[in-house]
Amino acid sequence: MLGEGIIQGLLETARNFFGSYVEKDRLTTVQFPEERRPLPEASRNFPFLLYDGTDPDAGLRCVSCQICEKECPPRCIHIEKSKDKKPDFVGKMQAYPAVFDIDVSVCMSCQICVEVCPFDAIRMDTEFELSTTDRFGSLLYTKRELAKSNEYYRKIHPTEAAECDARRAKDVEDTKAKAAAAAAAAAAKAAQAKDPAAAPPPASSASTNGAAAPARSEVKENQ
Amino acid sequence: MSTLPPVEDIKAQIEAGVPGAVVTVVQNGSPSAQHSLLLGREHARDAALFLRDHAELRLDFCSLVTGVDWLDTETSEKVKVKKVVEGPDGTQQETEVEETRKTKIPGYLEAVYHLFSMEKKHGPVVIRVRTANRADYAHVPSLTPVWRSCEFQEREAFDLYGIVFDGHPDLRRILMWDGFADFPMRKDYVPPDDDALATVPHGKSPEVQA
Amino acid sequence: MSNDLLEVDPIAGQGEIMEVSMGPHHPSTHGVFRMDVRLEGEKVVRLKPVFGYLHRNHEKIAEHGAYLAAIPYTDRLDYLCSMTNNWGYCLAVEKLAGITVPERAEYIRVIVAELTRFQNHAGLVGFLLQDMGASGTPLMYAFREREKVLDLFESLSGARMMCNYMRFGGLRVDATAAWLDEVRRLLPALPRFLDEFENLLRANEILMARTQGTGRLSRELAVSAGVTGPMLRASGVNYDVRKVDKYGIYDRFDFRVPLGDHGDVYDRYMMRILEMRETVKILEQALRGIPEGPIMDPKVRLRGLRPKAGEAYGRIESPKGELGFFLISDGTTNPYRYRVRPPSMINLTILEDMCLGQNIADVVVTLGSVDIVLGEVDR
Repeated sequence: MLGEGIIQGLLETARNFFGSYVEKDRLTTVQFPEERRPLPEASRNFPFLLYDGTDPDAGLRCVSCQICEKECPPRCIHIEKSKDKKPDFVGKMQAYPAVFDIDVSVCMSCQICVEVCPFDAIRMDTEFELSTTDRFGSLLYTKRELAKSNEYYRKIHPTEAAECDARRAKDVEDTKAKAAAAAAAAAAKAAQAKDPAAAPPPASSASTNGAAAPARSEVKENQ
Repeated sequence: MSTLPPVEDIKAQIEAGVPGAVVTVVQNGSPSAQHSLLLGREHARDAALFLRDHAELRLDFCSLVTGVDWLDTETSEKVKVKKVVEGPDGTQQETEVEETRKTKIPGYLEAVYHLFSMEKKHGPVVIRVRTANRADYAHVPSLTPVWRSCEFQEREAFDLYGIVFDGHPDLRRILMWDGFADFPMRKDYVPPDDDALATVPHGKSPEVQA
Repeated sequence: MSNDLLEVDPIAGQGEIMEVSMGPHHPSTHGVFRMDVRLEGEKVVRLKPVFGYLHRNHEKIAEHGAYLAAIPYTDRLDYLCSMTNNWGYCLAVEKLAGITVPERAEYIRVIVAELTRFQNHAGLVGFLLQDMGASGTPLMYAFREREKVLDLFESLSGARMMCNYMRFGGLRVDATAAWLDEVRRLLPALPRFLDEFENLLRANEILMARTQGTGRLSRELAVSAGVTGPMLRASGVNYDVRKVDKYGIYDRFDFRVPLGDHGDVYDRYMMRILEMRETVKILEQALRGIPEGPIMDPKVRLRGLRPKAGEAYGRIESPKGELGFFLISDGTTNPYRYRVRPPSMINLTILEDMCLGQNIADVVVTLGSVDIVLGEVDR
């Protein structure tokens, strides 16, 4: 019969139309913005800088190594290194970025900056409702707008954040253990130099800061 | 891939089948070992026809045509020459002196063709044709009469590099707009300075930064 | 400016010649694509494709950056199929630098590439029917499945379309067991969708009248013009890069390559439907056989890769055809020459030949069956 194919097609459409009232799979429209679908955890949009604790300047993880600036394919990152240094999460003195700009009108969300950062300082945000009426100034994100806390990171990417936190905690432990071992070795050497007959004292307790400077002061105290 | 003879055999076959053809093997340094054959301009099209209609090779599929720009380069080498030098005491003696001699190697534009066989399911056989120089004579014969797939790709090599393919049925710009007057993919192309389109100046910290 | 399009060739006693410029703003040209069509009544006497409106000089950008920095740009070539573009480029770099890929990475590459093929063909048949006037219903049915695949890509790589997922030597992140289970859960829905789609359209008289006999492409012309992909196979030539080169681990999978008899639009449409069915078969086999293990070659330096001076051509069977990357290295961190073999552009070579003598309405249908994405045509 002529038209049989078309009628078959219409039956299919009718099945979908009436089926959408009973089968969830057939109703595929989501009434955004009243309803929102949850984003998967791995979802990414634009980068942001991470800071530990509550102070975005003191806790900023970025040490201004400028690797992300070099590797960024469209070169949307602009960094200026600071002249002074501040201690990082293990207490080592590191530089920090005086200027850290990302031009999000250029950024293509490729995530290469995150991949190459050796300091877990830059991660991808999931925020996408970022429209602004100023095309030029508002689309250049400065350090202040980019810096977000580790708590925020844990909220948006819980699995990644947990793995990152575990790794950093291990780094802190390793640094403390190394400093304690160094302090013990130095104290032993000093004690032996003073009194060659005496046995070397047992390993002293780890200092709270774990940095090289306190260990040296501990040795001085021993003397 | 297994039915393809090594590149030296293909060179020998072309030289036998196309009298007067100049074929050189260009070694490929990478692990891919895709060595290529440099064809002389004069008999390039005959060699291409020979490759396409050859009974065992049957290279009926020209997959890719690439334009490459090789700039003029200069090599310098230290050579020892005998020169007559005046000594401190006024006498003239012949000594060996080291001199840096610079030789200019002229650049050229190149069209690289990757050939496969749909019938025999083997390949690639890579052939290259070079222009005489990058300036006034950048002509090579077109291989579009041999493989129709070269049509758009040779137009693109003309558009972006300036290689003129003699015998191409419709050689005009394909990607750049008509009236564009330069060759953008060349290594010495300087893009026009239209910073007016930049959204935010890069490299300058805006006053917003407090 | 050589523009002989404006010359008028007189055809004696046949009537007037009308010149129609279809595009670049046109709902059916699949992007910013223009065709200068010369008509005699409704019949096409000449058709010249004009493109370059989306030319972004991708090749020069890649030559100015490192090998790693080119990967996000390859996503944007054929912007619907970013995973296969990544694979093509990574394959070329792996050939150039002699890098091997671990087995698990190869399996995951096959899984995401076949998912990409599925969602591309689904989008294509939807758009082809949209061009024929089916006003969006088949398109939305196809997009329903496509959305499921894009959601999978988002949970794996972070982005729906610009995935930036593969690296030379393997992959960027591993697929979790949960993700693989999601794919396994999706698989039974795909043949059901294909059955529904075929039910919707296969015997549809309008579809058959408009596509059967339209846009014929002969075998000889297809081979000579370098046409590849489903368009070539619809003309009866058995050439699929997955079977010829056996790149990756494709030789381990049992799948057929559908071939057409007539080389018309209907055959090309059926090629995509049949290839979607074969894709489901490959996915089932890959998900059954995927091993545990690393996903990246540990010896590879992603940052600052300096391959030895030389060149390599690596190619894959992308959903559009043979996608190849030709790289010339001069020993530095940036490629000296980076060239993309764009299947969409090369498939357009014989667009004129296919459309001559047909009605202008058939031009739209024929162009739809070529499956072009302007990001790839223009780069």
